[in-house]
Amino acid sequence: MTELLIKNGVVYDPINGVKGERKDVCIRDGKVVSEVKNPKVIDAEGRVVMPGGVDIHAHIAGGKVNSGRLFRPEDGRKGVKARTNVCRPESGYSVPNTFATGYRYAKMGYTFVMEAAMPPLAARHTHEELVDIPILDNAALPLIDNNWMTMDYVKSGDTDLLAAYVAWIIKATKGFGVKIVNPGGTEAWAWAKNCDLNDEVPYFEVTPAEIIKGLAEANEKFDMPHSIHVHTNMLGHPGNFGVTRDTYDLVKGIKPAKDRQVMHTTHTQFHSYGGTNWGDFESKADVIADYINQNDHATIDLGSIILGDTTTMTADGPMEYSLYQITGRKWTNHDVELETGSGITPFLYSGKSPVNTIQWAIGQELALLVKDPWKVALTTDHPNAGPFIGYPILISMLMSKKRRDESAEDMHKVIFDRAEYCSIDREYDLNEIAIITRGMAAKALGLHEHGKGHLGVGADGDVAIYDMSPEETDAGKIQKAFLNTKYTIKGGQVVVKDGEVVATPDGKTYFVTPECDDTLTDEMMVKLKDKFDHYYSVAFNNYAVQDAYVPNPYEIKAPWRS
Amino acid sequence: MNLISGRTTVQGQNLDSKLSEAYFNEVATCEMSKEDMEKLNVAADEPVKVKTSYGEVIVKAKEKAGTPEGIVFIPMGPWANAVVSGDTHGAGMPSYKGIDAEIEKSSEKVLPVKELMQTYMG
Amino acid sequence: MVEVTDVVCSLCGCVCDDIVVEVEDNKVTKVKKGACAVGKSKLMGHNRIKSPAIRENGELKECSYDEAIKKAAEILAASRRPLLYGWSSTVCEADKVGIELAEEIGAVIDNTASVCHGPSVLAIQDVGLPSCTLGEVKNRADFVIYWGANPAAAHANHMKRYSYISKGYWTEEGKKAKKLVVVDVRKTATAKMADVFLQIEQGKDYLVFSALRAMLYGHEDVVPDEVGGVSKKDLLETVEMMKASKFGITFFGMGVTHTGGRHNNIVNAIQMTRAAHTHTKFSIMPMRGHYNVAGINQVCTWETGFPFAVDLSRGYGWYNPGELSATDLLIRQECDAALIIASDPGAHFPGESIKHLAKIPVIQIDPFPNPTTEFADVVIPAAVSGVESEGNVYRMDNIPIRLRKLIDSEYLPDEEIMKRILEEVRAIREKEGK
Repeated sequence: MTELLIKNGVVYDPINGVKGERKDVCIRDGKVVSEVKNPKVIDAEGRVVMPGGVDIHAHIAGGKVNSGRLFRPEDGRKGVKARTNVCRPESGYSVPNTFATGYRYAKMGYTFVMEAAMPPLAARHTHEELVDIPILDNAALPLIDNNWMTMDYVKSGDTDLLAAYVAWIIKATKGFGVKIVNPGGTEAWAWAKNCDLNDEVPYFEVTPAEIIKGLAEANEKFDMPHSIHVHTNMLGHPGNFGVTRDTYDLVKGIKPAKDRQVMHTTHTQFHSYGGTNWGDFESKADVIADYINQNDHATIDLGSIILGDTTTMTADGPMEYSLYQITGRKWTNHDVELETGSGITPFLYSGKSPVNTIQWAIGQELALLVKDPWKVALTTDHPNAGPFIGYPILISMLMSKKRRDESAEDMHKVIFDRAEYCSIDREYDLNEIAIITRGMAAKALGLHEHGKGHLGVGADGDVAIYDMSPEETDAGKIQKAFLNTKYTIKGGQVVVKDGEVVATPDGKTYFVTPECDDTLTDEMMVKLKDKFDHYYSVAFNNYAVQDAYVPNPYEIKAPWRS
Repeated sequence: MNLISGRTTVQGQNLDSKLSEAYFNEVATCEMSKEDMEKLNVAADEPVKVKTSYGEVIVKAKEKAGTPEGIVFIPMGPWANAVVSGDTHGAGMPSYKGIDAEIEKSSEKVLPVKELMQTYMG
Repeated sequence: MVEVTDVVCSLCGCVCDDIVVEVEDNKVTKVKKGACAVGKSKLMGHNRIKSPAIRENGELKECSYDEAIKKAAEILAASRRPLLYGWSSTVCEADKVGIELAEEIGAVIDNTASVCHGPSVLAIQDVGLPSCTLGEVKNRADFVIYWGANPAAAHANHMKRYSYISKGYWTEEGKKAKKLVVVDVRKTATAKMADVFLQIEQGKDYLVFSALRAMLYGHEDVVPDEVGGVSKKDLLETVEMMKASKFGITFFGMGVTHTGGRHNNIVNAIQMTRAAHTHTKFSIMPMRGHYNVAGINQVCTWETGFPFAVDLSRGYGWYNPGELSATDLLIRQECDAALIIASDPGAHFPGESIKHLAKIPVIQIDPFPNPTTEFADVVIPAAVSGVESEGNVYRMDNIPIRLRKLIDSEYLPDEEIMKRILEEVRAIREKEGK
C-alpha cells in the first residue's frame, strides 16, 4: 500500500469545480482518496496543481508517424539526447522517437494522449508504437470513414448494419472510437481525385455529408464514450469555413448517447479559412467561433500553429499532395486498401509569410472567441501545425495579451487586417487553461468516467505540479513552468521531478468494446467476409489485433442503446 | 565483361540450406550467352575463372538464353562476393552489379562453400 | 494430423498469409496450398544447427545454451566497437531487444537493408515515396512495371496475389485487362510474361528514368533516338500506355539499388512516378527481399529515430550510412566484434568484409548453418520464426502481420536468446561498475 500526499498546492480541478483552491491531494495505490494515514509527502509550496494533462489529438504512433521519422533524419538529429540510467535515447523534434514522446509529454505534465488516426489494416503498427511510448496512458482512433463497408451501408441506408461494422472494426483494432478524415476524399485520392462535402465519391455513389451523418448515427447506437471525431473536408483550402459550418449542421439533430457533443471537429484552425485564394486569404475564426458559441452539439480542438519547421501528416491524401505541390518538398503517400490513406510532407510556418501569419492567428482566435472553454481543447494537431512541445507557448499566449501583442509585431502585417487577433483582449485564467488542457478533453472523450482529467475521489493519481504560483503573469515564466513540471505523478508514482524523468512505468492502452446484437453482426459479417475473400490482401483470420499487441489493456464497454 | 549478381529461384529455395549440394550447383555458376560461351571455348558446367580488380573465383559456366552478350550473371552468394568490391562509394551499398570482369576457361576446381570460406580465414 | 489455415510465410517480402499446412507429430508434414516453392521449402524445414557451440582451436565444440550465451555476452561486453547486424529474418520482438542491447553496449546496429534497399531508403529521405498497400494494386492497377526486379524468381507469388495475374474489385478480368512492362538487363522469366520488355543496358537505368520523365512532362524533343539501349519509339509507347492507364505501379528491385547511381537511381524512379502522377494515379514500391526487413527498419526508426546503420556509441542515435553501414565498418576494419542474427553476411557480403569478420569474434544466431557459421566463434541455434515461434513482421508494403507458431521446438526463439544475452551483458557490466 503506497500513499502519497501533495500538500500546499493550489489545485485547479475544473471537472469538480475546483478553481484554484489551496487543498491537499491524497493518493493511495494509484487512486485519489479522501485521506491518507502514512504517506510520502510532497510539499507543493503554493504551486499550481492540476490533474495530469489529457491530449485529445496528436499523431504519435503508427505508420505515417514512422514514415515521417524515416524520411526526416534531419529532424531526428535535432532532438537527440543521450540515454541515462532511467531514460532511453531521444531523437527528433517534430517527429520524436517513441521514448522522447513519452518523456517530453510527461515533463509537460501530461499523462494521457489520444493517437489521432489509426489505419485499421495497420493497427498492429500503431499498437507496437504505443507500447513503446513510456509513461503515458493512451488510446487510438481507427479511421472508419473511407472504408468500403461504411460507404456501402451509408448508400443502402442500413444504419444498424453500419453500427455493427463500426462495432466490429473498433473491436478488431482495439480502438477507441470513430475517426473521420476527409470522408470520401481519401478514397477518391486512390484515383488521384478528391471530394468536397456534397460530391459523390467515385464509384461509391455516396457523399461525404452522407458518410458523416451515417457514422454519427451509427456511433450513437452505442453508449460510446466519445462522439465521432472529424477532420472535415477541404482542409487547408481558402474559403473552407463554409464546409466546416455545413458539417456541423449535418448532425445537429442527432441525440448523443451520453452527456457530451455529437461531433468533435479537430484542428479546427485548418478549417476556418476565408478568402477565395492565397492572395485574399483571411481568418474566419469568428464565424466558426460564433457557431460553436450558439450551438451545443459540437466541440473543437485548435490545431494551433507553432512557428518553425514541422512535418505534416494526415489521412487526407489529396491535401498532402497539394501541400507538396506548393512547397516542392519531399512527399510520401500511402493509400491503404478498402480503408484510408495518408500523406506526409515537411512544412515551414514562418512569421514572414502572410498566409502562415493568418493561420497562426486563427488557432489562437478560436480559443479566444469561443466563450465556453468546455468546448475547446488545446492542440497543435501534432505535428501538423507544430510539435506538442509548443503547447506551453500557446498557453502563455492565451494567458497574456501582452505576449500576443509582442508576438504580433514579429509577424507579417496582414495580421492587422485579415484577422481579428490584435483586437482581442481576453486572457485565459488558470482554470480555463486547466479546462482546455485536461478537463474538456477528458469529458469529450468520456474518460472522466474512467479516472482521467480530474482529481475527485476514485480518479487516477495523475497529477502535474507546475513550478509557478497562481499569481504569475509573466508569459515567459508561465511558458517555462508548463514545459517542465516540478513534479509529474502518474498513478501515484513520481515520474518527473524538477523537470527530469525519474521513472518510466508502462502506460495502459484504453479501448472500447461496443456491444452489438449477434444477429446484426452475423449479417454484417457476410458482407465483410466477402470483402476479405475478394479484395483485401490480408486474410480475415489474420486481420484483428491480437492480444499480444496490447499488454496493458483498459477496456471500456459500450452497450447497445435500446 | 560486365558482371552482375542477383537472385534465382533455386538460390532462394536454398536460402536456408546454403551448405547443400543443390545450393552449390545453382550458385557456384555464371550464366552467359551462347555467343560468349563460344568465344571462351567453354562448354556447360566447365569451370571458368572470373577475375575482377578485387579478386578471382572459379565457377561453372552455364548458358542462359536471354543473357545479352557481354553480360555475365553469377547468382548472389559467396562465389559472386569473392569478386565483388566492398567500396560502397559512401552509400553503404557494395558494387554487386556492373563490375568489370575478365572471364577465361580454367582447369581449377570450383571450391565448395566451406573451402571457399576457409580462404578468408587467413 | 491437424490442418492449420491462415499460416503466414516467413521467407520473402510478400508475407503470404493464406497458406494451409498439415501438422503431425509436431512436424509440418505437408504444405497444401498458398505457398510458392521457396516458401514451401522454408515451412517444410531444412538441416538445422544441431546445438549451441563455441569455437576452440578452429573447431566448433558443442555446448549448452547457457554457456554459449555467457560467452556471447562476454565478447559483447568486452567489445569497444561492436556491430549488431542482420535482423531481417526475425520478428520485431527480437529486434527491440537488439536495439536495447545496442544502447547498452554502444554498438552500431545495422540490418540487411544496407546491402538491399538501403539506397531506396536514402532516396526516400531525399524525395519521399508515393506508395500504397498491395491490396490497392490488386484492386485498381491496370498497368504494372517491374523494374530491375524478377518476381518469378524472388517473389514467386507476387504477381498472382497482388499485381498482374491477381483479380480485384476493378480488375476482375485479371491480366487480360492489364499491361505488364518489365525493364531488365536480361530476359528473365518475368520479362517473358511482359507485354513490353525493355531490355536495358546494364547501369543505364538512371538515363532511362530521365527520358521517361522528360516524355511524361511533354519534352520528348530532348530525348535522343536511343537511351540506355532502349529505342525512343519503345519509350514513347511505354509513356502512352502509362498515360492511358487508370492506376499504374512500379515495383523495383536490386537491378536499380545495386548499380552505379545507387540511391540516385531510385530518386529518379520516384520522380518518374511523380511525373506520371500528373496524368493519372501512379505509385511505386520497393520489392523488399526478406519477410521482416521492413520491420527492422520500422522498429529501428521509431526507437532510435533512424532506419539502419545506427551508431549508439554516443548514447543516442547517430546516422550516417556510407560511414556506419556494416560493409563500410568492416572494410575499414573498425569493429572488433559482431553479432550476426537472422542474416548471412558470410554468403552476401563482399569478400573483403568477410576477411575482417573472420578475424574478429563473431556470434551467430540462426536456425540454419550457412557460410557465416564457418567462421562464427559462438553459434546459437534459434527457433524458426513463423514455424516454431510467433511474432510481428512487416510486409513489403509495411502492413504488419503476425506470424503463427505451428509446432513446438527445443530451440529458443530469437527474442529469448537476445533477452538472455542482454541480461548477461548487464550483469557483467554491473560487476565492472558500468
